Amino acid sequence: MSATTSATDEKANVGPMTARSSAALNAPRIAIKGLDFYYGANKALKSISLDLPDKQVTGMIGPSGCGKSTLLRVLNRMYDLYPGQRATGEVLMDDNNIIASGVDVNQLRSRIGMVFQKPTPFPLSIYDNISFGVNLHERLSKSAMDERVEWSLSRAALWDEVKDRLNTSATGLSGGQQQRLCIARTIATRPEVILLDEPTSALDPISTLKIEELIDELKTEFTIAIVTHNMQQAARCADQVAFFFLGELIEVGTATQIFTAPRQKRTQEYITGRFG
Amino acid sequence: MSGVASIAAVAGQPARDPGVANRLSRNRKRSNRVATVLCIAATVVALAFLASIIFTLLRLGFGGLSLTVFTSVTKPAGGNGGLLNPIVGSLIQTAIGTAVGTPIGILVGTYLSEYAGKSILGNAVRFVSDVLLSAPSILIGLFIYELFVNGRGYSGIAGGLALSVIVIPIVVRTTEDMLKLIPTSLREAAVALGAPKWKAIVLICYRAALDGITTGVLLAVARIAGETAPLLFTSLGNDNWSLALDKPMSSLPLAIYKYAGSPADDWVQLAWVGALLITFGVLALNVVARVALRPRR
Ligand SMILES: Nc1ncnc2c1ncn2[C@@H]1O[C@H](COP(=O)(O)OP(=O)(O)OP(=O)(O)O)[C@@H](O)[C@H]1O
Ligand SMILES: [Mg+2]
Repeated sequence: MSATTSATDEKANVGPMTARSSAALNAPRIAIKGLDFYYGANKALKSISLDLPDKQVTGMIGPSGCGKSTLLRVLNRMYDLYPGQRATGEVLMDDNNIIASGVDVNQLRSRIGMVFQKPTPFPLSIYDNISFGVNLHERLSKSAMDERVEWSLSRAALWDEVKDRLNTSATGLSGGQQQRLCIARTIATRPEVILLDEPTSALDPISTLKIEELIDELKTEFTIAIVTHNMQQAARCADQVAFFFLGELIEVGTATQIFTAPRQKRTQEYITGRFG
Repeated sequence: MSGVASIAAVAGQPARDPGVANRLSRNRKRSNRVATVLCIAATVVALAFLASIIFTLLRLGFGGLSLTVFTSVTKPAGGNGGLLNPIVGSLIQTAIGTAVGTPIGILVGTYLSEYAGKSILGNAVRFVSDVLLSAPSILIGLFIYELFVNGRGYSGIAGGLALSVIVIPIVVRTTEDMLKLIPTSLREAAVALGAPKWKAIVLICYRAALDGITTGVLLAVARIAGETAPLLFTSLGNDNWSLALDKPMSSLPLAIYKYAGSPADDWVQLAWVGALLITFGVLALNVVARVALRPRR
């Protein structure tokens, strides 16, 4: 790893982090317009407007507490579980405002899947961890379910490690395996959008690499948003990068633009490690 | 930066006085020894009581154990009777109490943990359940007497219902406690897959809390297996063989209650045998609970 924090020249010198993604961004799959979010009286997101390009990866970066997780939790309406948390503004998906009341949130969450920072395997077998989500939305025959389980575990780069013990408890897997299981569980329900909240923060470099490869592969089918504190990871994975600070979206652009020519001073300071 | 700051802070502090440290260490060792001795003494006293109970039970009860106890119904004093009807009656009423009390207890516990929050109704239910948990069981017998027995006659089902009233608060408490222990992240993970709240509770949370809830139910069973007071004015007891739920029904605690104070030697002997059976039944239940619920892997 060459030191990326030693950059002192005008532009952020992030040499090896140069994004390998395509420069052009696709049409938005989700369009966020003027989104405000409140934890009770505490305003955690301030008029956010951001597009998530279809079948591409949006990396969300910013210092701790700036509202990245909050934004993800708005997108699949996790906040609905908690009275006192509310969102105003528009989040458009297929021209429907998904944060309006009257939306079928269970169906919405099957279209917008989420993987949390900490692995959360259910106290079920590996197989049932996957079939649980699928059974919520589909009626599959046993053989079709077997196929779905194999498909999702293979995509999550876990199949080879667990194919001989699908009926053992998922809580016996290692942390990295558990996280890949959670990813498998999410893609098994065939969502359109996948939200990843620091999915590799608890993982070793090998597992991290596997998950990054997985993200690269998944974006052929899914629209992805990933929160990360790792600039290299954002550069490696993301097509579009959004920088948040204190609940505001400071800057958004292609990964190449953000990492080589940030327009905002704070963005540059953050990605070069001068604060945050 | 913060590293430099902390070094400076340590440097600014006076060095540790070795004399004080030694004295503190000696004091700690002494209080440690005193605490250990007290703990051991208390344990010995408690164990001594338990051992003497079991010893007495075995001494007075074991001699009376025979096949007749399990094959013959209660007979008049001196008639070489057994305990068949009390044993079966106890099993039936305990089963009714558990079967009725467990689902109600689990549902109420789930309501308290998952839906009630800090609402007034939730707190009221919690309070009532806690009161019930410590209510004298004879009150529960009286309550069921007024509700089901008065005018309709004593019955096995009334006895079972009285026992279920004892089961409910125990199961409510354990269910609520066990569900509250389940991390929010697990619920969120289920909900994030598109599961409605009730499915997340039934399919995920119950599974995660299964061992704890089962332990609670087994504890409740052990508790009601030996209850006498709630049965006094509900199932009354029955010296004849009867499986009819709407008729008075025999039970071990009632048989013990009746026989232990009688002048007839064979009845007194049967009372001890009954006590032995209940004690070892409950003991076996505890062992089963421990073995079956041992953490896996
Ligand atoms: N449940 C909550 N109740 C009240 N305030 C909250 C709650 N969760 C988060 N916040 C506040 O909202 C702000 C944004 O939090 P959020 O978790 O979205 O930050 P984040 O960008 O994900 O940080 P991190 O990188 O540390 O995960 C923070 O100031 C936090 O204190
Ligand atoms: Mg976060």
